[in-house]
Amino acid sequence: MQRIPLVELRHGTELRLHALFVLGLDGDEQAYRRFLQATATHLRAFLRRRLGSWPDEVEDLVQECLLAIHNQRRSYDTGVPLTAWMHAIARYKLIDWLRRHARQGSLHDPLDEADGLFASADDDAGHARRDVLSLLATLPDKQREAIIYTKLDGMSVREAASALQMSEAAIKVAVHRGLKSLAATLRENT
Amino acid sequence: MKTEDLIDMLATGPDVAVAPAPMGRNVLLVLGALLLSASLMAVTLGVRPQLGQAALLPAFWLKVVFSVALAGAGYMAARRLSAPGSRSGRLALLVGAPVVLVWLAAAVTLAQAAPELRAGLFWGSTWRYCPTLIFLMSLPVFAATLRIMRQRAPTRLRLAGAAAGLASGGAAAAVYCLHCPEMSAAFVGFWYLLGMLAPTAIGAVIGPRVLAW
Repeated sequence: MQRIPLVELRHGTELRLHALFVLGLDGDEQAYRRFLQATATHLRAFLRRRLGSWPDEVEDLVQECLLAIHNQRRSYDTGVPLTAWMHAIARYKLIDWLRRHARQGSLHDPLDEADGLFASADDDAGHARRDVLSLLATLPDKQREAIIYTKLDGMSVREAASALQMSEAAIKVAVHRGLKSLAATLRENT
Repeated sequence: MKTEDLIDMLATGPDVAVAPAPMGRNVLLVLGALLLSASLMAVTLGVRPQLGQAALLPAFWLKVVFSVALAGAGYMAARRLSAPGSRSGRLALLVGAPVVLVWLAAAVTLAQAAPELRAGLFWGSTWRYCPTLIFLMSLPVFAATLRIMRQRAPTRLRLAGAAAGLASGGAAAAVYCLHCPEMSAAFVGFWYLLGMLAPTAIGAVIGPRVLAW
C-alpha cells in the first residue's frame, strides 16, 4: 500500500482520471481501461482500510463498485468533480454492504472526507470469492449471450447481431440491461 | 473472475461509449403522466366553474405558484440527489421558502378576517377530499419520476424518494388548481401541503427499496 502526498493528488488525480473517463464516454476502450485500472487501485485501498475485519470481501466489493461505476456513468453530473462522484458511489456501495450485513458498528473510519478514496492506491488485487463469470450464467439468455459475444469474445455488434439474429440496437440494449441485472445479482450474492 | 479480467470485460464492447442521457424521453414520460392525471381529473371531477374569472384573482395564482414552486424544489432536489457527489445543502431552503411564504399569507388572511369567518377560511368546503385527490393525482408522475431516478444513481435513498414524492405532489397540486374552488391561503397552506406531503412521506419510506442499485 503506497501513500501519495495529498496536495498533488487532489488535482492530479482528478485531471488524469477525468481525461480518461471522458475519452471512455466517447468509446476509447484503451483510455477507459486505464481509467478503470486506476480506479480499481483506489477502490481497493479505500475498501481494504475500511473492511479491516473482512479482508476476503474487499475484492468482491471492488468489483461491485467497478460495475456500478460502469453502469451509472450517465449519472455523472459535470458540475461535480469526478473524484467526488466516484467517492460517493464507493461510499454508497460500502454502506449498502455494511447495512446488508448489519455490520455498521465496525465502521471506524469516517467516510466523509472526499479525498478518502484517492489518498491511497493498492495494486495488490486480492482474490474475489464470487465469480462474476458464473453469475453471468444466471442472466436471461439474450442478455448473457450479447455480453459474452461482444464483451468477452470480442465480436463486433454487427457480428453478434447476425449470430443472435437480433438487431444491432437490440444487442446494445441487451448488453446494457444485462450488466444492470448482473449488478443486481452481484449485490444479492455478497 | 479476476478484477483485471472484469476490467477488460467492462472496457470492451458496444457499451464503452455512452450517449448523452435521452432528456427528451424523460420529459415526455413526466409530461405524459401529468397529462394522464389532468385528463382523469377533467373527466371525473371536471374543471371548476368560472375558471376564467378565478384566473384573474391573485388568490388563484397563489395556489398555482405555491404548487409549482414546491414541484420545482422537489425536481431540483431529485436531480441533485440522483447525481452522486453533488451538494444538497441549499435544498432545504428551496423547499422551506414557499411553505413559509404561504404560511405568512395565511396568517395575514386569518388575522384580517372577522373571527367568525376564520374557520371557513381554513376548512373551506373541500378539505375532506382535497389532500386525497392531490395524492391520487400525483401517483402517475410519482411512478414516472422514480423510474427515471432508477436510471441514475441516488445515494441517499430516503431523501431521493422524498424528493421524487414532493416533485410529483407539487405537480399534481398545480393541476388540481384547475378543479379546486378554494381561494384561501390558509386552506392551501395546510390541505394542499398535506396532499403534497403524502407522496413525499411515501417516497421516503419506499426510497431505500425502490431506488437501491
